[in-house]
Formats: sequence, structure tokens, C-alpha cells
Amino acid sequence: MNLTVNGSPQEFGGDPNMPLLWYVRDVLGLTGSKFACGTGLCGSCTVHVGGEAVRACVTPVSAAEGMEVTTIEGLDAEGNHPVQRAWRAHNVPQCGYCQSGQIMQAAALLSQNPDPSDQEILDGMSGNICRCGTYQRIFAAVKTAAKEV
Amino acid sequence: MTMLTNLSRRTVLKGIAGTGGFVIGARIGADQLLGLPANAAEGKLDANLFVAVDGDGSVTITCARSEMGQGVRTSLPMIIADEMEADWARCSVVQADAEQKWNDFGQELDTDGSRSVRRDINHLRAAGAGARKMLEMAAAEMWGVPAEECVAQNHRVSHAPSGRSADFGELVATASGLEAPDPATVQVKDRSDWKYIANESAYTPDAYVDLVDMTTGKGMFGADTMLDGMKTAVVARSPVYRGKVESYDDSAAMAITGVRGTVEIPMPELPIAFKQLGGVAVIADNTWAALEGRKALQVQWAESENSALDSPSYDDALRKAASEPGTTIRERGSYELARDKASAKEFTRDYFVPFFIHTPMEPPAAVANYQDGKVEIWAASQHPMAVRDTIAEVLGIEKEDVLVHITLLGGGFGRKSKADYAVEAAYLSREVGAPVRLVWTREDEVRNGYYHAASAQSISAVIDAGRVSGWRHGVAFPSILGLWVPEQKIGFNIEHGLGLIDMPYNSIENIRIENGDANLHTRIGWYRSVNNIQHSFAINSFANELAHEIGRDPVEFQLELIGEPAIIDLTQEKVEDYWNYGDPIEDYPIDTGRLAAVLRKARDVSGYGKALPKGHGLGLAVHRSFLSYIAQAVRVQVADDGNYTVTRVDTVLDCGLGANPERIRAQCEGAAVYGNTIARFGQITYGQGAVNESNFHDYPVSRIDDSPLNVHLHRIENDHIPSGVGEPMVPPFAPALANAIFAATGKRIRNLPIRPEDIAAG
Repeated sequence: MNLTVNGSPQEFGGDPNMPLLWYVRDVLGLTGSKFACGTGLCGSCTVHVGGEAVRACVTPVSAAEGMEVTTIEGLDAEGNHPVQRAWRAHNVPQCGYCQSGQIMQAAALLSQNPDPSDQEILDGMSGNICRCGTYQRIFAAVKTAAKEV
Repeated sequence: MTMLTNLSRRTVLKGIAGTGGFVIGARIGADQLLGLPANAAEGKLDANLFVAVDGDGSVTITCARSEMGQGVRTSLPMIIADEMEADWARCSVVQADAEQKWNDFGQELDTDGSRSVRRDINHLRAAGAGARKMLEMAAAEMWGVPAEECVAQNHRVSHAPSGRSADFGELVATASGLEAPDPATVQVKDRSDWKYIANESAYTPDAYVDLVDMTTGKGMFGADTMLDGMKTAVVARSPVYRGKVESYDDSAAMAITGVRGTVEIPMPELPIAFKQLGGVAVIADNTWAALEGRKALQVQWAESENSALDSPSYDDALRKAASEPGTTIRERGSYELARDKASAKEFTRDYFVPFFIHTPMEPPAAVANYQDGKVEIWAASQHPMAVRDTIAEVLGIEKEDVLVHITLLGGGFGRKSKADYAVEAAYLSREVGAPVRLVWTREDEVRNGYYHAASAQSISAVIDAGRVSGWRHGVAFPSILGLWVPEQKIGFNIEHGLGLIDMPYNSIENIRIENGDANLHTRIGWYRSVNNIQHSFAINSFANELAHEIGRDPVEFQLELIGEPAIIDLTQEKVEDYWNYGDPIEDYPIDTGRLAAVLRKARDVSGYGKALPKGHGLGLAVHRSFLSYIAQAVRVQVADDGNYTVTRVDTVLDCGLGANPERIRAQCEGAAVYGNTIARFGQITYGQGAVNESNFHDYPVSRIDDSPLNVHLHRIENDHIPSGVGEPMVPPFAPALANAIFAATGKRIRNLPIRPEDIAAG
């Protein structure tokens, strides 16, 4: 099967049921997407498929056939997507582990809804867990990024 | 005293400086305590911390604590940079490996107990000041002028009388040939000259060494190291602690594409300590194949005596043990005499806090490579030396043959102070003959962890003539010491010192604190702020309830219980081994004045006492832990159905000197969310010895839509030496919330977690 990851065409002949997370991490070596729950409950593995945020840990690679997959490594060539800039401006990360997923989730949220209300931010980000508890800054950073996208 | 040495001419410093650089080594640690010579001869001094300056002036600094979200890889090296007058923009950081020289000098790499800054700051300052002095000496030699006329500032050394100045890079060649100064002659800066330390404006986003990596996916965590020929392993472990593998059938597992084999990991002898649990590993080409293989693996587990652990009956046994007489661990006056007075009335309430598990976002992970009797490992570990020593013990090799590299940690919270997962990785690499990446799933982490101890508490107060004349606090919980002493029935001095025997209501004349027996059926481990959680919860909740019982304002009443400013001397109350978080009581006494001050400030900044709308409440709690003093004011809004929202948190922190005020603020925000998880959700239960919960659906943690997002830090400014930050802002949260819910609803909380159905109207 064929798919595109961060702009590069890829061919994969392995188990089509392999979750996209393990495909990008173990096969492609893109380790920015993180494993944390394996069941779509925490969002640490969030990537974009066809521009939509998906939980890569429960999305079989076959579901991305013929599609454009974007991981944190491909969100912006320079790492300067407005969401990434806002994350740095607010110094959001503590341990950093969930932040790839948080950023990918926020980027998808803002691409669909560039001017979210406070409640829409909470709803849009509530699938992403951060155990360090950086939510106050995530909330602020999404608002900052919304002004720039 | 921090010993210094010039290491420029040696070649031992892999990865720290280009050739021709100037490298100063400092020996940090408690070497005097170990009886090592205080002035080891130059050349014989083994240093453990390095500062290197290259010919282009770039500076490289070792960080010897693990990064798990507290910002330590920025905060600690910036202390050195400040003292050496280096421009932080020209500095970079390398992470220390676990090596013998750390142990030799009594310096722990263990990143735990909220102690990195308080234990290291003086050493780091001395190392930085030593480097600065050597650069000034180099300039003096180069220019033929007196060293005391040469002054380092902002990455240059200047000589005012001649108007000469040189960048640090220009001084490297000369500095490389100098003897390191006698540490007695090294002067650290005056506090007023600090540029970075304690200066919040210095900690801009650009200052953080890992921030760009963390926002671009480049940060390297425990499972991210890629080695040629590396296999991935997951391990099937007994659902019941100490369940042995009776037999297993791997035929279905082996039929899965990508599965390369299975390996039985032996169950070690007790004590378990940080050794592996044992089980059956599935080895595969990738993580998915390993997980599918484990699903297909059939393992028969032998019966274990720990299947006796069944939550309802176990919890009842703890409650009984807490209420009945136990081992007295602190005694002042006579509780019985106070209670038995004709005018006295006894008031008793019971509390329960369940088992928790850490759930760092990154489950335990490590990559190990065993070759020719040696292990190289990349581990997300809080405790590098434990990784090294436990691998050596289990594999039967020399400690010196284990090289431990520390990756970023995707959260730690105490889980990653234990080395069991690193041991599994190393063991499997040896058995497989290839590098092995060891992956724990969330289910593994929830079901096979080191649990925060469940605890029952019973507190009684004697009320006599409107005052509290007696206080009896009984506790029962399985002890962490059981990791090393399996027959242990009560807690040990460290657990007792976590907000229990150091109970600060100093105005009470008769106090008895008792610890009842508890059986051990699982691994108990420390968890961010440890037993302070339950002790703070019970003591603050009880004080609040007692105030209402006798018709007093809770905050004024609590201040009265704390009493006049005083230093509590527990040795006068049959406490011989109060550990004081491992630091001298003379440096960090139990100071009720500081405790009362944070509570008063929380009262004042939170608007306590003002009328609130229906369904709203404000609650306060105060606690000393990790040598810091914290009061929290939590504001809550409770709906009729019992759902509650934390609308504001004010945290008052007295941690003395704070090296990095910006990350202290971040820790404050994070601790409120961590406390919210404990208060709202935290509960591990057992059925026939096995953990019932498995993942975030049945072991929920706080999400953005139930978390406090309006958290405010108020620091007490004073000249006290640094104390803990990472943990101590957690314990006051749950009781402050419980007290706020009582204020809002009249419903009293005595058990965690706080469920909406327990506080719904009607």
C-alpha cells in the first residue's frame, strides 16, 4: 500500500492492521509521536490524516492508504507553525511527552475553527491528557495561536 | 567545600568539549561526610561535574539530575553560568551518565524528594565561581597583570587599568595550563550580583534547553533510542504480585509475523527492591508484533499468597488498625489524662485514601545493549545509579560494566526511581543477543506498578472548655519499606516524617500518634509527595470539621492550633529518628511561624470570609513538606448533581530562595492539576490480588475540561535557603477542595476520591 508521510511518498508491505503509531515510530523512525495509552484515550499519539486529527495508536495504517499523513515532524518545516510558536511563547511543556499530540490536536482544531470559544477549546483539547498539568498554559497558547492562524 | 580540578589536558571527557578546550571539573557531593581528604592533591581529584569552554567561547555544562518536567536541565546549569559570568545563550548542556565517581563522593543523581536545587545549589555556585576565577587568572597571566584586577563579566574578562578585555574563548589556551584554585580562595557572587538565579525575567522561553525539541518532536525519551538490529520486547507479568510462571505456550505467539521469540524472565528472590517482577517476554521486530504476540501468548500463573488482597476487606482491616491502639510514634503529655477529665469531650473522625498509581504519560521504557559482559543502556530514569547497580546485581556483572545514559523522562512522579524496567531490558538483551527496546503499555503500568499506599486514618480531639487539649492520630498503611523488608507491618521513619509525626498543631498539650499494622501484598512505592497526601488530607479536613463542631472560624481555629511562632523539637516527644527529608534539622527546623504565615497570606489573597454565591465555596489547607511551607485556597462551584468545577486556586509558597521562579510557577500550576487528579479520580482497587483498573477509562486522570485553569502563585519573599518545590504543592490541594465543597454544600468529605454522587443535593 501507498501513503504520503510528511510530504514523502511511502510504500508499506507489512501488516495493514499495524496502528499508524507503530508504523511511523518503528518503521519510519519518526519518534515524535508518542505512545501512552494505546487505546485512543489520551491523544499523545495524535497525527493528521487528510488534515484531520486522529489517534494513531488505534488507527490502522490501512486507514491511511492513499492519504497524506502529517506527524509533529512534518507540521512545519522549521518547527514554526503558529501553534508551535505559541507553545514556546507560553513555555507550555514540562516533561514534553504529551506535547506533540497536544500541538497536533490544537493545530487541527484551529484549522477547522480558527476562532474557537473558550468552551470549544476545552472540548477540542479534552481528549489530550497531560499529567504534568500544563493545561492552563495549553489553554492560553491555543488562544494565542488562534490570533495567528 | 567543592573541590576543583583542571581537566583540560585529559581525554576522558567524551562528548563534552572539543580538543583544546578548557575543562574544569568539580567534585560535588558530601565528601567530607565520607571521610575523604578535604584537599586532594591536584591531578588525583576525580571530578564528577564538568564545565568546558571551547576556543570559540562556547560553554558546555553537565547536568546531573534527570529532566522529568521540572526544568532541571535549564535551572541547574544556569546556576553555574550565572556564577561564572557566562552568557547563557552561549552555553549548552550535556546529561551526566551514571558513573562510580558520583557514588564515591556521596552525590546522588537520584532525582527525587524535591531536592535537586536545595542539595546542589552551593556546589553548582562554587563550580561556576571556580571557572570564573580560572578565566580571570588566565587573563592576568596573558596580560601580565594582577589577577585581582581582572574581572569576568558577561562572557569576557576585562582589565580596567589597561582597558584590555578578552572573550572567554580567547582565554581557553592559557586557562588550560593553570592549576585549579584552592577552593577556599574561590568567592561566589553576592546575591545582588546574580543575573539568572532567582530572577524570573532571565527564564524566557529561549533560555530552556529542551523547549524547541519538545515542541518539534525531537526530544529523545526512553523508547526513542534506535540501535542497529534492535528488537522490541513486551513482558507478560502475573496479575497478582509474586505469581510465578507455572507454564506457558508460545506457539500462537510465534505464528505472528515479526515475533522472533519468547524469553522467560525469572522471578527474583525477595526482597524485591527494584528488581524485575519476572514473567514471559515476547521479542519482536517491532512494537506492534510484540504486542500482538503477547496477546496470543498463553501463560499459566501459579497461585500467590497475595491473592488475599481484596479491596473491601483489606480497606476494612486498615480502618480497624488505624482506630485501635498501634505503635506509638510520637507522644507529648498524656492523651488519656486529657480525655478522661470530667469536662472533656472526645470528637473522632475517620479518613480513607486509596491506592494510586503514577501514570506518567510515558510508561516505563528503556533501550539496552548487552555485549561481551557489558551493558549500555538508555533509560528514562530518575535514579541512574539504581539502574546501574540493580542491573549489575541481577546480571551478575560488575557495576563498572554498566553504562547508563539518561534520556528525557516523559514524567516520573516516583515511578521511574525504580529500576525494574531497565533490568528487564538489560536481561532480555543478554538473552536475545541483540539490543532490546523494552516497552511497558499503559495496562502494564497500571497493573504492575509500585503503588502509592492506601491508608486509613482516625483522628480524635479532646475538647475541653472550648479548646483542644488532646490529639490522637492513628494511621495504618502498607509500608514502602516492604520492598526491602517483606515482613514489615508498620511504616518507617521516612513515612512517619511525611506530615504525620511532624504534625504542626503545637498549641495542643497532649498528642499521641500511632501506627497500626498492615499486611503487604503488592509493591508499594513513592508517588509525588508520598504519604503527605493522606496526612495533609486528614489533618486539614479534621481541623476544619472540628472548627465547625465547636462553632469557630476554621482558619482562625487552625491558626490557634498552630499556635505562637515556635520551633518544634520532636526529640522531646519520643521521636528519635525524625528524618527531616534527609536534611539537617538545624538548617530546616519545623517552624510554625512560617507555617502560620502562609496560611494567613492564603486567607488574605483569596478573599476568604466574603459572601459567595449559592453553590460556591472557598476552602483552605496548609502543610509543611519537603521543607517548604504551603497554603492553598481552592474555590469551587458545585452543581446540584454534584459535578464540581475548581474556579480558582491561590497557592502561597514559602520555599526560601527559588532558583528558577518561572518553573516554580509551572510546578505550582501542575501541582494543582495533580492534586485535582488525586482528589477527583485517584483510586486503584484489587480483586483477588489483581489490580482491577487498567487504563485511562477506568483509572481517569484530570483533563483540561475538569482541571483548575486559574491557578495563582504567591511567593513568600525571605532569605531562607532553598527548600522543595516539585512535590510540596500537591498535598494541600485535596483537603482545600474538600473544605471548599463543605463550604459550598454542607457535605463533609472524609474519603478520596470525591465523587459527584457523594455531594449531590438532596
